[in-house]
Amino acid sequence: MITLKVNGVTRRFDGDPEMPLLWYLRDLLELTGTKYGCGRGLCGSCTIHVNGVQVQSCVTAIGSADGKSVATIEALGANVDHALQRAWMKNNVPQCGYCQSGQLMTAAALLKEKPKPTDQDIDTAMAGVICRCGTYQRIRQAIKDAAEVAL
Amino acid sequence: MRQITVINRRSFLGGLITAGAFVLGTRLLPSLVQGAAKTESASWSPSIFLGLEPDGSVIIVAHRSEMGTGIRTALPAIVADEMDADWGRVRIEQALGNSKYGSQNTDGSQSIRDFYDTMREAGATARQMLIAAAAARWGVPSGECSTAKHEVIHAKSSRRAGYGELAAGAAKQPVPKKSDLRFKSPADHRYIGQDMPVSNLKELCSGRGVFGIDATMPGMVHASIERSPVLGGKLKSHDDSETLKVKGVLKTVVLEGFSPPHGFKALGGVAVIADNTWSAMKGRQALKAEWDPGQNASYDSEVYKKDLMATVSKPQKAARNVGNVDAEFAKNAKSHEAYYYVPHLAHAPMEPPAAVAEVKDGKAVIYAATQNPQAVQDTVAAALGIDKKNVECHVTLLGGGFGRKSKPDYVAEAALLSKAVGRPVKVTWTREDDIRFDYFHSVAAMYLKASLDARGKPTALLQRSAFPTIISTFNGAAAEGAPFELGMGLTDMPFEIPNIRAENGPAKHHVRIGWLRSVSNIFHAFALHSFIDELARLANRDPVEYLLDLVGKPRKIDFKAEGTDYSNYGKPLDKFPVDTGRLRRVVELAAEKSGWGNKKSGNGRGYGIAVHRSFLSYVAVVVEVEAGANGRVTIPRVDVAVDAGTIVSPDRVKAQFEGAAVFGASIALMGKITATKGVIDQSNFDSYPVARITEAPFKTHVHLVPSSDPPAGVGEPGVPPIAPAICNAIAAANGKRIRDLPINPVA
Repeated sequence: MITLKVNGVTRRFDGDPEMPLLWYLRDLLELTGTKYGCGRGLCGSCTIHVNGVQVQSCVTAIGSADGKSVATIEALGANVDHALQRAWMKNNVPQCGYCQSGQLMTAAALLKEKPKPTDQDIDTAMAGVICRCGTYQRIRQAIKDAAEVAL
Repeated sequence: MRQITVINRRSFLGGLITAGAFVLGTRLLPSLVQGAAKTESASWSPSIFLGLEPDGSVIIVAHRSEMGTGIRTALPAIVADEMDADWGRVRIEQALGNSKYGSQNTDGSQSIRDFYDTMREAGATARQMLIAAAAARWGVPSGECSTAKHEVIHAKSSRRAGYGELAAGAAKQPVPKKSDLRFKSPADHRYIGQDMPVSNLKELCSGRGVFGIDATMPGMVHASIERSPVLGGKLKSHDDSETLKVKGVLKTVVLEGFSPPHGFKALGGVAVIADNTWSAMKGRQALKAEWDPGQNASYDSEVYKKDLMATVSKPQKAARNVGNVDAEFAKNAKSHEAYYYVPHLAHAPMEPPAAVAEVKDGKAVIYAATQNPQAVQDTVAAALGIDKKNVECHVTLLGGGFGRKSKPDYVAEAALLSKAVGRPVKVTWTREDDIRFDYFHSVAAMYLKASLDARGKPTALLQRSAFPTIISTFNGAAAEGAPFELGMGLTDMPFEIPNIRAENGPAKHHVRIGWLRSVSNIFHAFALHSFIDELARLANRDPVEYLLDLVGKPRKIDFKAEGTDYSNYGKPLDKFPVDTGRLRRVVELAAEKSGWGNKKSGNGRGYGIAVHRSFLSYVAVVVEVEAGANGRVTIPRVDVAVDAGTIVSPDRVKAQFEGAAVFGASIALMGKITATKGVIDQSNFDSYPVARITEAPFKTHVHLVPSSDPPAGVGEPGVPPIAPAICNAIAAANGKRIRDLPINPVA
């Protein structure tokens, strides 16, 4: 039996411990904000936080999260009011929006580590998350805007 | 062509709105669009609806698919503007697939250009009927009444009435004839041309948007499908004993292979059905399947490339012939020629193909990320042998489309599997499935030759291309480029050259070929605009000055007079001419905004330009590159000048061109799909990389030409000039000319 917290709620799971967190979240908990994009940790669409650390949930077995705390996009801002979400909306960042959960969760981890990131910091941190629509320059701007507001 | 009628509210979204509502149906027949539309149902009795509730709520149906362009906001904003409705009281509802709406195939950069007038007519009709209702109530002439934000006003008597309270009366008014409609002047537009809040922005920033891959139905099971690695291969044998041991796996189902042509049919294979996605995928890994690969196992990209190059090295069928190219070549000693090559590309939308289907009692209910819900109806109906009216297709948000999701083979799979297992089934393609079984963008070879005058300007130009045609997806024997494909950068070459010939040679298909964002413009524009830049450099002339010389005097190309079959994206040339004056203006604007005149290329930094008209829009691009000694190319800046006619949503249009620069950079820098023995060599983002934030242009500046011309396309026309402009910038930076894409293929 695996016990973990997901967005503050304690959950128990007695299935295949190899199941990636991605599919546990999406299919079993119906938290579909976390997206499948590649299944191999290559695209970052599935990024979540485990014990506050950013991980790619498509290559993170649920067994490894036993006793840990998982946070997903659904818990980023209670009313879509996280500084990043506000900056995202101000800059009209999303196009299709599919990768944006992964972008936002990655950006949130970045700001926690570097509250005032440089362009270089942003590009290094965000290089793991692919946006096929090409919203990168607005992502960069939104992270900078959020960093200013957060200070 | 169009007529507007008051319709029974029951037929509006199946009775979604309440009694007493005033519902307006707009019947229309949009002009037939070329290309993809040829593959669609011939049924053309569409209608699109607008509803007004007694409480004043306005319901506008979004009948096109939202995949990131903002169309779900833009088309309703046009209706609301002409209606003089308060945007805050507008509710947008996504339409089901239904031919009554006209084409819902959201591709070809068509949504605004095909439906702008229709939406304005719907809004203006409602407004006039509301005025008539108020005038009747007050006993005053309609002409004395006006509207302002959700109210009708009679200024003389200072009376006002809200739209909601007028709804019932308005429904009883005669519907004005189209010729009697009065439209706002552009100066009075409050939503058209403004940046309206994107309707689903909050959902997209909080993981709450529902994409096809997120859709669920009660009792649903999940499927992952093992398919023949070679197109058209047959299942010889399979062993699912290990699969069935995987926890969560329920059963396997064999899906029959398709009979050619493949069209949008399910490919066939062995489906693993499980109670969750992971178990289906894991069970599939444990499956043993043997395939008879069939004749497409002969497909080898290296050999095929040589064949394509050989084809374009010989004279081929002329699709455009002006003057006498051969005679000019014979008498002119000075000439230049070059070969270009662009490989297959995959769409790779971030959301792979995914759909949910429930087939029960001879009916199918579908939830799908689809660009074309009517093609879903047709395809699912054909797969199940039922009438298309029994296929109900709900359109979810799309996690990218780029043309892939116009082809609903994955929806047919879900429907066939639901029928087989008697439960709702969700089919989720893995990324490997998506890349290996795509409808690939055509691989293409091009040959160009020009004879040159004393100043290095072409006196004759020959363009020749060969590529497997999209038509092969619907007719296996088709081997030559269709007029609509040749009309994308070959037969519409706009430069002022006295002798012109465009030729196209045959090419076989061995994989499924499909349209990808900007279609055959990609390779035709790459060759043409690279070649033009080569000529400018040969002549030691500034590329912008040279380009403007080639664009020549403002003129409208008379394709009819020259005998060229040019389809012009399905639009009449009198309304949407190929206007070199507009071409010139975007070149000048891009040069000015990028500071071209003050830039100096060399020492690994270079500036390149390209200009291309596609989807009726004019786009010039100046790209700045840094080309390091290690071969690494970075793109600090892109300037895009756009004349797309009337703009409805400036910020969303800019976003499309920002995104197109990234999409074009992926094509130029790294996009490459190849086959060995008929099997696609690439499978995920390691072997088929796309531009990341570190590889994309750092900043793209989009400059819109103010225009009151009819609206033209914006989703695709940003792509074609990017790759040649990047390569032209590299040539300026270090002298290296790239004629084979991509620049940095995966080793």
